[in-house]
Amino acid sequence: MDVIKNQILNVDNLSIGYPSITIAKNISFSLEKGSLCAIVGINGVGKSTLLRTLGGLQAKKSGEIEIDNQKLESLSTLQLAQKRSMVLTEQTTSKNLTVQELIALGRQPHTNWLGRLSTNDKKRIQQSIRTFLLDKLRYRKCHELSDGQFQRVLIARAMAQDTPLILLDEPTTHLDLHHKVQILKLLQQLAHEQNKTILFTTHEIDLAIQTCDSMLILDGNQNPFGEPCQLIEEKHFNTLFPSDMVQFDATTGTYKVKK
Amino acid sequence: MSPSQKYRISFLCVALALCVAWVLNISSGSVSIPFDAILSSFLGKPLEVPTWDYILWDYRIPKSFTAILVGGGLSLSGLLMQTLFRNPLAGPFVLGISSGASLGAALLLMGASLLSAWASFSYLNDISLAVAASLGSFLVLMVVILVANRVKDTMALLIIGLMFGSITSAIVSVLAYFSTADNLQRFIFWSFGSVGNLSQSQVWLLTGIVVLGGVLSIFSIKALNAFLLGENYAESLGVSLKKSRFIAIVATGLLAGGITAFAGPIAFVGLAVPHLTRQIFDTMEHRILIPAVFLYGAILMLLCDTIAQWPNSANVLPINAITTLVGAPVVIWLLIRKRKMIF
Repeated sequence: MDVIKNQILNVDNLSIGYPSITIAKNISFSLEKGSLCAIVGINGVGKSTLLRTLGGLQAKKSGEIEIDNQKLESLSTLQLAQKRSMVLTEQTTSKNLTVQELIALGRQPHTNWLGRLSTNDKKRIQQSIRTFLLDKLRYRKCHELSDGQFQRVLIARAMAQDTPLILLDEPTTHLDLHHKVQILKLLQQLAHEQNKTILFTTHEIDLAIQTCDSMLILDGNQNPFGEPCQLIEEKHFNTLFPSDMVQFDATTGTYKVKK
Repeated sequence: MSPSQKYRISFLCVALALCVAWVLNISSGSVSIPFDAILSSFLGKPLEVPTWDYILWDYRIPKSFTAILVGGGLSLSGLLMQTLFRNPLAGPFVLGISSGASLGAALLLMGASLLSAWASFSYLNDISLAVAASLGSFLVLMVVILVANRVKDTMALLIIGLMFGSITSAIVSVLAYFSTADNLQRFIFWSFGSVGNLSQSQVWLLTGIVVLGGVLSIFSIKALNAFLLGENYAESLGVSLKKSRFIAIVATGLLAGGITAFAGPIAFVGLAVPHLTRQIFDTMEHRILIPAVFLYGAILMLLCDTIAQWPNSANVLPINAITTLVGAPVVIWLLIRKRKMIF
């Protein structure tokens, strides 16, 4: 019974895709509260589609998705917004918002019809700003920020939404190594210290192996899921990419270019 | 100083400017009425010249209220469209809503007599003109929404809006060619735009429409703020896309359609005012922008109408020309100064 209680996301035999085409099938995994999980896979295998499907922004083909022990379809848009927050790859329409204004939008599922912020809302926004080291930038406009800073703002907004589950689509693209690690460290801290469950897609397999509690390797058929060490032992990373170009080195947990 | 304090002071200034613009507007016109006479009339004393009483209370004051409603309402609809279509260049004119109203008016004024004999004695009064223009603008708005759902590219949407404008003006030209001089003149006068031709009951009706549009806008505030992040983000924040888009579009249609119907097509106010407003209220928060844009639009319209009345001359210039002369350079100036329209 305890095991079920601790699970926040439960995916069983899920198929994803569009009405005319199935992109990936046979996806099953579950996430425990307070864990950090990465979805990795080759370009076009459906990482973003899976994330959008799990977030309820796109209809699934078949299978079951349960968030907080409730079926995804049974939740209204507003109820869902109180269970999961999202960081997407698409550009935000307006970058003329200040950092604080953008983060405050994360409180929308909790505010009244006019969106008035309560003392509690303001406290949460303040917490997010502090966690993501944005104190000095709070009154800056978003178009003045660097990519790394703006990514932190987007994640801070998701944190301000205060949901048990946070889904992020490629939060580390376009960033240099320093900022990639910074984001991953912050995500790890958010998961472990504030008991948030964080699921993100990434191409940084080596960094994900070092930071995540579990990983989902999306290959469209088997979709192995487990702890990074276990996945390495079972040699799942070796077949992730067509092996004539790169080879996985199990001792260092990185890919090497074939000479 | 925190932003909210800053906005409070700005609001006070803008409200004060509105009062000044209003007094300026009612004290200027083809007949010069001394300012102290207007003041004493407000204190309940009858004016020394009886016609002044009539000019002030039955013409200038209803006209000034119409100007406030028209300017504020059009600006508000411009703001809604810019957020809804995620485009800083959106406005009732650019998206073809005003062209739709023109088409409705043209069909009624010039087309009806061509189509059949019975139509020539159909109701050709101001109310039917308003209804026809509203229907025309709602029709175009519906088509724009349908296209907007299919075309993701907002640039394409603007071009489609411009095409609607061209199609409309072509149809209007054809109608004009076959129309009688009387009907053509009526249409041309309507297309000049005017805030002074409304009867008292029409001003009340327009007030109702603008208030309804305003209330719907206020109910859309939260969703509009979420739309600033894009539709997917808005949905992830719990916004019901279909419902909130529908409410905002109805508000836009009521404001732009209703106002164009009564006051004629008035260009550039809806496009330029939201950008002008952001020069002082540098925020995207619709809770602040909606009232600010309304006040700004009202001031601009009162000033344009004051210019159109050209003090002490019997001529009244077409207000549509004045707003274009004021609005178009403003848009160009904003583009040059900022190099791009930040939205």
